[in-house]
Amino acid sequence: MSRENSLVSAQWVEENLDNAKVVLVEVDEDTTAYDKGHIKGAIKLDWTTDLQDQVRRDFVNKAQFEALLSGRGVANDDTVVLYGGNNNWFAAYAYWYFKLYGHQDVRLLDGGRKKWELDSRELVAELPERAATTYTAQEQDLSIRAFRDETVAAIGTQNLVDVRSPDEFAGRLLAPAHLPQEQAQRAGHIPTAANVPWSKAANDDGTFRSDDELKEIYTEAGVDWSKDTIAYCRIGERSSHTWFVLKEILGQENVKNYDGSWTEYGSLVGVPIALGDEPGEA
Amino acid sequence: MCGATAGGLSLNGINTDIEAIIQGQVTKGGEPVSTGYVRLLDRTGEFTAEVPVSATGHFRFFAGDGEWTLRTLVPGAEPTDRTVQAAVGSIAEVEIAF
Repeated sequence: MSRENSLVSAQWVEENLDNAKVVLVEVDEDTTAYDKGHIKGAIKLDWTTDLQDQVRRDFVNKAQFEALLSGRGVANDDTVVLYGGNNNWFAAYAYWYFKLYGHQDVRLLDGGRKKWELDSRELVAELPERAATTYTAQEQDLSIRAFRDETVAAIGTQNLVDVRSPDEFAGRLLAPAHLPQEQAQRAGHIPTAANVPWSKAANDDGTFRSDDELKEIYTEAGVDWSKDTIAYCRIGERSSHTWFVLKEILGQENVKNYDGSWTEYGSLVGVPIALGDEPGEA
Repeated sequence: MCGATAGGLSLNGINTDIEAIIQGQVTKGGEPVSTGYVRLLDRTGEFTAEVPVSATGHFRFFAGDGEWTLRTLVPGAEPTDRTVQAAVGSIAEVEIAF
């Protein structure tokens, strides 16, 4: 993958607003943002209800994903362009999710909703109408999804990239600072993990930095490009942003997103945890 | 649990005794800004969190003890930085005017 076939600009989206084979999809952490206004023609996916099993902690299964996209009028040969607030955190998560289920042509709007708003581009209230399709998903591509046991096994052997803020990494905060801090799990990070906050990959307006800048950021943080990589955060959405950078923009092979992330790892009995600003020993 | 300041975001259901809250309102020309973003940077200048402002220009963070910087982005204006002290059990109010 590369920047050219995984990202589109706001200008490109403007020029394709009436292209029937381009489906804009808004996915926000704040699931009410779409209802206040969205890019013309965009449909909404709610990450809490559409993309999560409503009983156990896991994703919707293949059949549910097929039903979801069929009902929203997304076809297998559509170009899906995802965008959202909070620097595309949840749009990147949805991008990874679409890839997990094998959608062929999926892109992120560089800068997401924030860049669109800061450019004072148009948002509308009108809801689009899309005819239902018969969407066929693939089995989950587990080459991009990490689970807890392989994450524990990766300590000291693979790149672990903790993309949370330095205060969360060190154990001084338990959640990103726009959320209340009261949490059940322990604080800290997975030993040997490099702390490369997702935000280092983005400019203030939410767009991604240049390839050269991105390579330098991860190299300086100690990422060994010859090794496989697992990225994690708190619930797997910010690490989707970093997974996107490493796998889709920079084209690194064997990058997985650990969607269990710290809310799972920090609640496990008996696994090692490091505190403080240093990665810690294996 | 009491609410936030007049016209601000509700604090219902939040245990303010254990939170170091930073909150406030963004205005431009004296009017609340309804489209804008406030970023929270830590003592080293590293990004920690970001929120869109509410329809009335309000924002809130749950930080930790110490000094923080608020960087505010609104359409048609240069980003502006403000430093603020936060402490667990208290609410730091910040008004950001363009």
